[in-house]
Amino acid sequence: MSPIVIADKVGQTYSISRGAFRPTADLKAVQEASFEVSAGETLAIVGESGCGKSTLARMLTMIETPTSGTLTIDGIDVATAGAAELKRLRSTVQIVFQNPYGSLNPRQKVGAIIEEPLKINTDLSAAERRAKAEKLLAEVGLRPEHYNRYPHMFSGGQRQRIAVARAIALEPKILVLDEPVSALDVSIQAQILNLLADLQERLGLTYIFISHDLSVVRHVADRVMVMYLGRPIEIAPVETLYTDPQHPYTRALLAATPAARPGQRGERAKLVGELPSPFNPPKGCAFNPRCPFADERTRTERPTLKRHGKTMVACFAVEEGRLPPPSPREHAEA
Amino acid sequence: MSLLSIRNLSVTFRTASGPFKAVDGVDISVEPGEVLGIVGESGSGKSVAMLGLMGLLPPTATVTADEIAFQGRDLRGLSRRERRKIIGKDMAMIFQEPIASLNPCFTVGQQIGETLREHLGLDKAARRERTLELLRKVGIPEPERRMRAFPHQLSGGMSQRVMIAMAIACEPKLLIADEPTTALDVTIQAQILDLLLDLQRERGMAMILITHDMGVIAETANRVVVQYAGTQVERQQVVDLFDEPRHPYTAALLAAMPERARGGRLPTIPGVVPGQGDRPTGCLFNPRCPKADERCRTVQPPRQPRELGEALCHYPLGADPRRPEDIPPGFGPDGLAGFEGGARPSDITPDMRGAAR
Ligand SMILES: Nc1ncnc2c1ncn2[C@@H]1O[C@H](COP(=O)(O)OP(=O)(O)OP(=O)(O)O)[C@@H](O)[C@H]1O
Ligand SMILES: Nc1ncnc2c1ncn2[C@@H]1O[C@H](COP(=O)(O)OP(=O)(O)O)[C@@H](O)[C@H]1O
Ligand code: SF4
Ligand code: SF4
Ligand SMILES: [Mg+2]
Ligand SMILES: [Mg+2]
Repeated sequence: MSPIVIADKVGQTYSISRGAFRPTADLKAVQEASFEVSAGETLAIVGESGCGKSTLARMLTMIETPTSGTLTIDGIDVATAGAAELKRLRSTVQIVFQNPYGSLNPRQKVGAIIEEPLKINTDLSAAERRAKAEKLLAEVGLRPEHYNRYPHMFSGGQRQRIAVARAIALEPKILVLDEPVSALDVSIQAQILNLLADLQERLGLTYIFISHDLSVVRHVADRVMVMYLGRPIEIAPVETLYTDPQHPYTRALLAATPAARPGQRGERAKLVGELPSPFNPPKGCAFNPRCPFADERTRTERPTLKRHGKTMVACFAVEEGRLPPPSPREHAEA
Repeated sequence: MSLLSIRNLSVTFRTASGPFKAVDGVDISVEPGEVLGIVGESGSGKSVAMLGLMGLLPPTATVTADEIAFQGRDLRGLSRRERRKIIGKDMAMIFQEPIASLNPCFTVGQQIGETLREHLGLDKAARRERTLELLRKVGIPEPERRMRAFPHQLSGGMSQRVMIAMAIACEPKLLIADEPTTALDVTIQAQILDLLLDLQRERGMAMILITHDMGVIAETANRVVVQYAGTQVERQQVVDLFDEPRHPYTAALLAAMPERARGGRLPTIPGVVPGQGDRPTGCLFNPRCPKADERCRTVQPPRQPRELGEALCHYPLGADPRRPEDIPPGFGPDGLAGFEGGARPSDITPDMRGAAR
């Protein structure tokens, strides 16, 4: 089956003004992101705050156009697509944002919120839209009487259901979920994750699931892409990533994830420092200032994604075979 | 003698729609050097209880308690001034939102310096020296430069470190950390938790760690209090709590962790924490509890003995006294079966409380 999303060296560069008398600076939020997503699968994108996950999400949903590379969605190159094709593509890909409080218009009733995309993109009559909205409410586990209520009358988890209902209104093929459960308590998080799993099964959706929570990702993803400072540095099937992580950064991320039971965590490999400024990324491998395996080569030359078993990984130490085998922690309960 | 001993702490807010008891009958004791975890969903009164202890609630709040003793000294009835002498020095707190709790108008150095001046009376040179030492201690690179930074110039992780530096400036005996890592990335979270635990071990400092993350509890706490809708529903040693939860709510929280999930669907807890308008009668958890029966809906549950996790429950797990035929269908006498499958999403709206019964 051919992939539904093909990203080939996709990049997004912002010009940032740094005050009246200084030249603008380039901020490379995403660089040379190459990956594919197959129809019906869940690709998770993980990485620290500021590594470019949301920027990638905005390109995938065509809120922003890539400043470099080619992005092909459902067979159409987004940069060269005509108006009609773009319109179709926009309903093919929908997004659910992290913040269930900020992403819904507080002055609109739930019904209007869900019908908005239908109003803009279809020529359904008011009655048809209403019928559809009520069906969508049921689909996400809300009730018909919620149609006339305002978002502030709902809990965080329910608002996220409303956001999901709106996102599936146009019967998209792809849902981009940008931290859909990060703001929710664990019990509510479980409800939303179950809902997403149900919808995927029923509607055959493709998910691009952005998260920094590796326990959630392990539960939902088929494949995982780890990003660091704007670039993908490891892409692997989910089980491979958790049991046989390659890139030193992936290993550090896994080690930093809290254990599921007391006493389970051993001494963790500490990841020192923070994500460097994207204005002046380190030379060579962007991870080298924090990497215990950095050497002369990695400080000057930049590794690119190479195949290593089932994994694609960008690291010279892996290529040179000088990385010790991973010590995978028992991450989930057996 | 316990370092901190609180008995029957309650907090009631005066609101437009009548009084609201956000914290109800909370007991806390902390021994020197111990890490006590308080866990619960948002809105369960974790922050309000601690702010009540610190005397940091707005005037609309009424705080009552049978005892609030710190190092044997009763804090009730102390004047604001006397309380201030203790708070910030021997007992310090880190807040949920680091950026919001730093003063935007002063540099990092000025803010830490002020704490040192107020509580330790250090002179200017000594303050500078100690500030640099503290910033280094909490892992801030280039402390000389960061001292002159304003809060908005720092990342989330950096501001949390500054908060910690400020909180440990006077070497407190008790540190209360309210969701210290909730706003942070896992990598930074791990760094901050390690830092807190290092400080705790090195100085024998006691810590109350508030979180809604069971994983964080598993990694850090010695003893755990589970809080629900203002009440403490279970109190256990951490290992026992994870191995043998006694309150159905604790069991449900554990079961909902994705890392503990076995199959495709996660077990869920239907409904939400009740707020001001919808507090049920009987057990506060009964609308969401699959084990609830008529008694749970009408009679407030008793506090069980220590061997049963001091659970606030009529029918604690592992010791449900009901005859098997009287236990709501679908559940064994002690079983968690009800949480195993998870509810259908369409079962989960507040209007349908009790659907799980
Ligand atoms: N519109 C914009 N203009 C300028 N810079 C931007 C813009 N959007 C994002 N950036 C910058 O690009 C980088 C990547 O940001 P992005 O929001 O994609 O990160 P993220 O991985 O989603 O982080 P988080 O986990 O915090 O959501 C950051 O350095 C950010 O400050
Ligand atoms: N100033 C206030 N006035 C009225 N109610 C409040 C106030 N502050 C908090 N509450 C309520 O008290 C309850 C407990 O809040 P909080 O302690 O912040 O929960 P947690 O920290 O466990 O998430 C919530 O229902 C909250 O809405
Ligand atoms: S390329 Fe070098 S610096 Fe980069 S991750 Fe691999 S070993 Fe570390
Ligand atoms: S008292 Fe009843 S409703 Fe409350 S937790 Fe126990 S079994 Fe459930
Ligand atoms: Mg983002
Ligand atoms: Mg709180």
